[in-house]
Amino acid sequence: MADHKTDIDELSGTTTTGHEWDGLKELNTPLPKWWVYLFYATIVWGIGYCIAYPAWPTMTSYTKGVLGYSSRADGVAAYQAGQAMRAEAGQPLQQASLAEIKGDPSMLAFAEANGKAAFGDNCAPCHGTNGVGNPGYPNLQDDDWLWGGTLDDIHLTLQYGIRSDHDEGRIGDMAAFLRDELLEADQVAQVVDYVRSLSGLEPEGDADLAAGKLVFEENCVSCHGEDAKGMAETGAPNLTDQIWLFGSSHEDVTETVSNGRAGVMPAWVDRLDPITVKSLAVYVHNLGGGQ
Amino acid sequence: MARPVQSKSLTIEEGAFAAFLVLLALICIFVTAKADDGVMGFHAAVGAIFAALGVYFIFRGYSGRTMNVAQEIDGRPNYQYGPIKFGILASVFWGVAGFLVGDILAWQLAYPALNFDLPWTNFGRLRPLHTSAVIFAFGGNVLLATSFYVVQRTCRTRILGNVAPWFVILGYNALIVIAGTGYLLGATHGKEYAEPEWYSDLWLTIVWVVYLIVYLGTLMKRKESHIYVANWFYLAFIVTIAMLHLGNNVSLPVTLFSSKSYIAWAGVRDAMTQWWYGHNAVGFFLTAGFLGLMYYFIPKRAGRPVYSYRLSIIHFWALIFLYIWTGPHHLHYTALPDWAQTLGMVFSVVLWMPSWGGMINGLMTLSGAWDKLRTDPVLRMLVVAVAFYGMSTFEGPMMSIKAVNSLSHYTDWTIGHVHSGALGWVGDISFGAIYCLVPWLWGRREMYSLKMVNWHFWLSTIGIVLYITAMWVSGIMQGLMWRAYTKLGFLEYSFIETVEAMHPFYVIRAIGGALFVIGGLIMAYNVWMTIARGEAAESEARPAAAAAE
Repeated sequence: MADHKTDIDELSGTTTTGHEWDGLKELNTPLPKWWVYLFYATIVWGIGYCIAYPAWPTMTSYTKGVLGYSSRADGVAAYQAGQAMRAEAGQPLQQASLAEIKGDPSMLAFAEANGKAAFGDNCAPCHGTNGVGNPGYPNLQDDDWLWGGTLDDIHLTLQYGIRSDHDEGRIGDMAAFLRDELLEADQVAQVVDYVRSLSGLEPEGDADLAAGKLVFEENCVSCHGEDAKGMAETGAPNLTDQIWLFGSSHEDVTETVSNGRAGVMPAWVDRLDPITVKSLAVYVHNLGGGQ
Repeated sequence: MARPVQSKSLTIEEGAFAAFLVLLALICIFVTAKADDGVMGFHAAVGAIFAALGVYFIFRGYSGRTMNVAQEIDGRPNYQYGPIKFGILASVFWGVAGFLVGDILAWQLAYPALNFDLPWTNFGRLRPLHTSAVIFAFGGNVLLATSFYVVQRTCRTRILGNVAPWFVILGYNALIVIAGTGYLLGATHGKEYAEPEWYSDLWLTIVWVVYLIVYLGTLMKRKESHIYVANWFYLAFIVTIAMLHLGNNVSLPVTLFSSKSYIAWAGVRDAMTQWWYGHNAVGFFLTAGFLGLMYYFIPKRAGRPVYSYRLSIIHFWALIFLYIWTGPHHLHYTALPDWAQTLGMVFSVVLWMPSWGGMINGLMTLSGAWDKLRTDPVLRMLVVAVAFYGMSTFEGPMMSIKAVNSLSHYTDWTIGHVHSGALGWVGDISFGAIYCLVPWLWGRREMYSLKMVNWHFWLSTIGIVLYITAMWVSGIMQGLMWRAYTKLGFLEYSFIETVEAMHPFYVIRAIGGALFVIGGLIMAYNVWMTIARGEAAESEARPAAAAAE
């Protein structure tokens, strides 16, 4: 095996290198021409690229390249150009009222575009893509509004939030009637059946709706109203419609009455610029249900 | 088959390894007792048990043999196959486990509810489990086993040491157990593909040094005048991985009894070191090492000489020289200085032809034997692996070009690219080698069922194609959606809209992955049946090996 005698491979007519390892031999085939030339071409291109662009480190700096390219400068320029473009187009919104923005086609177009982008980055994680809502996070496409659905209501909610850490935030609590011992367990069961019956849901087993009604009148009307249609001032939902933020099952409503609910909407006034908050108010109002 | 050549005695090697393992067991027991946290306590206890088992096996091996191990029997090398057999079985086991975890992750991405809200099953912990299981457990065992086989056969000599090769393969698998359980328990360095904590790193260093000594020692006592090309690639893999491992994992433990440590590098230097490591793990673990497999198993299975010796030399040195520079292409448009990005990109593009040199040598070795692809599914697997290698080594340089990268970076395209290399190249070349080696090692005529090999081939090929095409579409779409602006200069899509758009492709990817897993299960069954029931080969009648003896 180590006699180094080259022999000729019959199939290809090429000589071997004369070595053999565990039955393996190697042919003396020359390098494929196209391979060599492509390899050279990439090397030539590489040298050219290194001359044109920043490439080699030196002791204290680096070769800058003849094109004077800098990815950081490029990025900053693109960022600033975008900012300037948006600032110019958004300028009219600074002074305009929400109603004026809505009435003016060009301002409205800007608010819609700005609002959509801001909504996707900031609001969609809770309210869902395009504001379709999630359990515990209201659908913003319908006309059911906990805290009012006018442009100004929505703007105020956006600015200061609900149960947020902002002093101006909207406040309103659903009490934890069982946990805080405001009601007995059987009273909770009665009022749950009653509340569910208001929107036509069938009670489970034999329910004492009259007793439930009594519990409701003594405990719930101050916020939800005599007619149970809710109050925007307290953020109390309408209990007679088919919309259930935290679920309509007997179990869900029992949980709501027993332990209360306190969803949080953050205040955006310190996080987003005023034009974007205004844009968001118009965008949300325009999703379909604005009043 | 063997007759006594000399009397039996405890060798220095056996004594040294036993003494080292006794010491290690004592240290582990001490650390268990003083451990600062549960993970360290658990791992030190596992370490103590493994070390004690090692001592037990050394003495059982000693008492079980009747003489000192012969280097040659009847003038033929007395090859050591035990550690190789273990490595092959381990690779099949870890492979199936790693593929399965990967497919679970694919389904989790399509349906996040499958995270089950449990810490141990969430994506963040399973993901390193998957990557480490397939790269280091599956791929690593394939590399260790085949390198031990190839170096012995092509050097015509028994491997250096009797305990040392066992120490390497068992020690490496012990590392996998430590690393994998660590991920599930939340112990991690937080460095991609280098997640194991400091004590695992130290242990791997010891195992790797022994590996290098075994490999070099075997090369040095070779009976052939020249070193076969496959060994160059294996050696490049062993040496470079040692360097990468040491460079990237420099860290300081909180205390010697804590499982937590902090990396010495910070900021952009850490990022650069990480990707110098990361891309060369691709270059030297998943490429150079597996080219070693290619250079042995393809000519062997095809029964043809290697296409071009010159090409093997040129593309070997070009590959080794160029790969080490390419890491910065993972950090385009980041805080990494422009000059480093340029070098990463330029060297990646120049690497294209050296990579294709390997592909040419693999494919052209079949000239004169193409007809065998019709009848031999094992050879077909090996050849398709090389085709995928060629495809991903074109795609890689292309994606490293900054203009392309500005679209592809951070998207699923990268995931698709990685998997065309990982499933197509590394997976198929490994399956091919396993299908060659199992009959050879266990003295069987052929695999239990070539029909099953054929099924494995088609299932994995279709699976890979589904996977990578889904990721191409999803990744390019994702990249285009991210950069889409409206006329007024606002982003066209929110992030969540891009996620929603990718969902169907995630499902396709998960289905492709499932096919790949099924292929792996078929292989495991086939390997098992070959060993348990396969037809015995007539003496040493291995297809092409006869010529060598």
